[in-house]
Amino acid sequence: MTAVEDPAAPETPVEPAAAKEVGQARRRKEDARLITGETQWTDNIVLPGMLHMAMLRSPVAHGRITHLDVSAAKERPGVVAVYTGADLAEEQGSLPCAWPVTPDMVNPGHPSIAVEQVNHVGEAVAIVVARSRTAAADALEAIDVDYEPLPVVLDMEQAVQDGSPLVHDSTSSNTSYHFVFDAGDAGTGADTEQAFTDAEVVVSRRFVQQRLIPAFMEPRSVVVQPSRDNYTMWSATQIPHILRVMAAMVTGIPEHKLRVIAPDVGGGFGGKLQVNPEEILALLVARRLGKPIKWTETRGESLMTAHHGRDQVQFIDVAADRDGTVRGLRVRLLADMGAYLRLITPGVPALGAFMFPGIYKFPAYRFECDGVFTNKVPTDAYRGAGRPEATFAVERIMDELAVELGMDPLELRRKNWINADEFPFTTVAGLQYDSGDYAQATDQALELLGYDELRAEQQRRRETNDPVQLGIGFSTFTEMCGLAPSRVLGSLAFGAGGWEQASIRMLPTGKVEVVTGSTPHGQGHETAWSQIVADQLGVPFEDVEVLHGDTAISSRGLDTYGSRSLVVGGTAVVKAAEKVVLKARKIAAHLLEASEDDLEFAGGKFAVRGTPGASIGIQEVALAIFAAHDYPEGIEPSIDAEATFDPENFSFPHGTHICAMEIDTETGFAKIRKYACVDDVGTIVNPLIVEGQVHGGLAQGIAQAMYEEAIYDAEGNLTTGSFVDYLVPAASDLPHFDTGNTVHEATSNPLGAKGVGEAGCIASTPAVVNAAIDAVRHLGVTELRMPLTPERVWRAIHHGGDGGDRAAAVSNAQGVTSSGAADASTGGAQ
Amino acid sequence: MTQINVRVDGASYSDDVEPRTLLVHYLREQLGKVGTVVGCDTSNCGACTVHLDGQAVKSCSVFAVQADGSQVTTIEGIAGDGVGGALHPVQRAFHEMHGLQCGFCTPGMIMASIDLLKENPDPTETEVREGIEGNLCRCTGYQNIVKAVRHAAAEMRGQAPGDPEASPAVVDTAAAEHVVAQS
Ligand code: FES
Ligand code: FES
Repeated sequence: MTAVEDPAAPETPVEPAAAKEVGQARRRKEDARLITGETQWTDNIVLPGMLHMAMLRSPVAHGRITHLDVSAAKERPGVVAVYTGADLAEEQGSLPCAWPVTPDMVNPGHPSIAVEQVNHVGEAVAIVVARSRTAAADALEAIDVDYEPLPVVLDMEQAVQDGSPLVHDSTSSNTSYHFVFDAGDAGTGADTEQAFTDAEVVVSRRFVQQRLIPAFMEPRSVVVQPSRDNYTMWSATQIPHILRVMAAMVTGIPEHKLRVIAPDVGGGFGGKLQVNPEEILALLVARRLGKPIKWTETRGESLMTAHHGRDQVQFIDVAADRDGTVRGLRVRLLADMGAYLRLITPGVPALGAFMFPGIYKFPAYRFECDGVFTNKVPTDAYRGAGRPEATFAVERIMDELAVELGMDPLELRRKNWINADEFPFTTVAGLQYDSGDYAQATDQALELLGYDELRAEQQRRRETNDPVQLGIGFSTFTEMCGLAPSRVLGSLAFGAGGWEQASIRMLPTGKVEVVTGSTPHGQGHETAWSQIVADQLGVPFEDVEVLHGDTAISSRGLDTYGSRSLVVGGTAVVKAAEKVVLKARKIAAHLLEASEDDLEFAGGKFAVRGTPGASIGIQEVALAIFAAHDYPEGIEPSIDAEATFDPENFSFPHGTHICAMEIDTETGFAKIRKYACVDDVGTIVNPLIVEGQVHGGLAQGIAQAMYEEAIYDAEGNLTTGSFVDYLVPAASDLPHFDTGNTVHEATSNPLGAKGVGEAGCIASTPAVVNAAIDAVRHLGVTELRMPLTPERVWRAIHHGGDGGDRAAAVSNAQGVTSSGAADASTGGAQ
Repeated sequence: MTQINVRVDGASYSDDVEPRTLLVHYLREQLGKVGTVVGCDTSNCGACTVHLDGQAVKSCSVFAVQADGSQVTTIEGIAGDGVGGALHPVQRAFHEMHGLQCGFCTPGMIMASIDLLKENPDPTETEVREGIEGNLCRCTGYQNIVKAVRHAAAEMRGQAPGDPEASPAVVDTAAAEHVVAQS
């Protein structure tokens, strides 16, 4: 299928319909520009007369602006304009929150720039526009501002107490919403309270999902070019289409006058799934001044003001019988919204609500979540969004239940998981899992790890009281991917649908342009989509060009997040290709003077059944239709096609991840000895890309377990405000990964793909923590707080508890030595 | 303003710069060499790594004036005969081994890796991991980067490296500073 067949060939070999490109480890098309520095990042864009925007940001977490004088800044060299929140109050609107998870959710609104009050450190209070980046930054220093401090609300458990100071004067409490899913009420499960009453064993835990920072490598950047009443916005965003709609609504710029372009985007991980205050401000300023405006954040600004992720306190109860059969699951969450509700802030924990039961046959389930306001930067999507938090909780508590019952953790899982012959299986949360085989993936992962030898070594180390102990931890997980059926998202009050759009343009020379509404930031769409189209149309991989990320080229789309690109966007491409073939078939029949019914399409060629030699390639049809000299009535001179796909169901990748962890009991230092995982992501379009996605996800999931935490001090300052303190792992911090796959195709899309972007990130965190606890459980450790800093691990071993909170100013890299000997009075806090 | 004379990717430049201008900003904003990018403000990420007289440096931790009289090589000058020329073996290896995803860290990673291989033409996996720990990547989990560097090393050993830079191998001290106590 790599070349157009010679139409004069004597035979009309009907090639098998089996895909040839799909499944190949094609090297990526996008690499050529990325490895040579020819990439177009937003910050590379330079326009004539372009001005630079910089923000003065609040150093105060909660306070009223009592004095704000920008007059001196206006006099600084190179400064063109300075604006305050008051200047823009009339026109700035409120940043959108597209996910009101409950009808009575409280949303105090979110100004792009503070007008009277600041609610978190880093909130913009003034904007300088100047002729150079440095002039803008310099002039910030000339702005005079005073704040009247207000009480700072940081701790969620305190924030929800009666009498707590309020983040927003306009609300009656710090609780934004109370979201409940009760399987008994929903008719998908038994009565949860009854299940707990009847059960022989109940295990309860409190888990803390620490606050994380997506920390994409390319800082956010936006350039706006106004031209009369038209605006072009380049932004380092995951969501150009959604951004266009939202920005039009917020600013009043008509949507058809606004073009949004996401050029090359340097990572996102959910962190660029946002309508940023700065994007709106750049539009407002460009509109006022009629000049191109650029804003590019510093890393410090990024860590402080781009949204964070996770940040939940989870109370989990599991009920079971003595033989290990699980009876019920009860979850209560406090989820930190930060100071405002951004695009999907409230929806993240609600999305996770459906994943807490994991792969297990819980007959009863109840979930409750309070979204809580605090004086911190808002949380929102971060790789996995809600699902890592849920997976962590269930995979951790299954280990604790195993200990309580004296069972092997894997045996407990085997006893309760959904068996391969039970698919499709409707879970207690009401999801229909379509396919998979948890036992097969687990067996392969055990093999990959070398499980038996490591268990034997663990035994030896325990018996000899080796200072370095070994533990093995499991995560047998599934996730919901491919966001998703629009009607389901509607029932969850999500403000958009879950469809995706694609079009295919057959150019006269037979080359193919594929336009996708899915917008990559490192996932390799250009390559994977080319592989799909090469198979579907039977054209060479090299003859396909994939266009994306520009609303003027790709008119409709819902962009890239939630591992939906291939599952939903890739399927839209397949649907468009089917339409192209359908249209081309008519022309081919005409050109071959045959009946459409007699044509077979394979290998890029229409052949007349039973007439050797009578055939025409689809690429030739494209040229014939371009000339349009001779085609039947009623046929348009185009075989281009457009299609939209709205999946019937989510897809459910699954896998088994096993971590072997060494812990030095004398220093608390934890080190991954071996990491093996087998993922089932359905059909693999490109094994190279799939493996890369798994690796990257593992790095982020392991980082949550071991390295990363956004820490605020008592005044609400982010103390992990640079890469010195916020520890994104380097190559030397991470182990080698042994990865494998099983393949059970998704039934919800014709590709059979399930999505891979988040798998590694979701699965790895509990595997690592389970392994660490397994290593030192015999020393009395039953819980460890993330990240597993040496100090925490040491404290838990020597003083009990979960290792306690980290001192705000102490980086996890510094470990035991930085705080002196771990102090029993502070250790073991629970 | 101070006048500096530099050779960048084989071309000579004579420019006035503010004393506080960082090399990376000079390269990007004055010369349009936007292949080198900025990822942090604390010299921790390595995204801005270039070669200064043959040695890998983080160009955000060097003032442009310090580059006066020097040779600078950026990602744009690493391929044979400049842009569009034959790729450097390390560039090729990143492509072959899928050592990049979003590609933002990639120019810096490639520049750091080339320097590493000059110092150690046959690094073990651990040596590569330690050698590039001054460069952060958020996408790849590093495994394929490590693979790419070792792959390139093998090729370069086999082929007698056609390195355009003649200067001897020097340890990248800027990168070494990022060594975190964790490891
Ligand atoms: S930009 Fe991060 S090290 Fe130079
Ligand atoms: S490839 Fe994206 S940061 Fe390295």
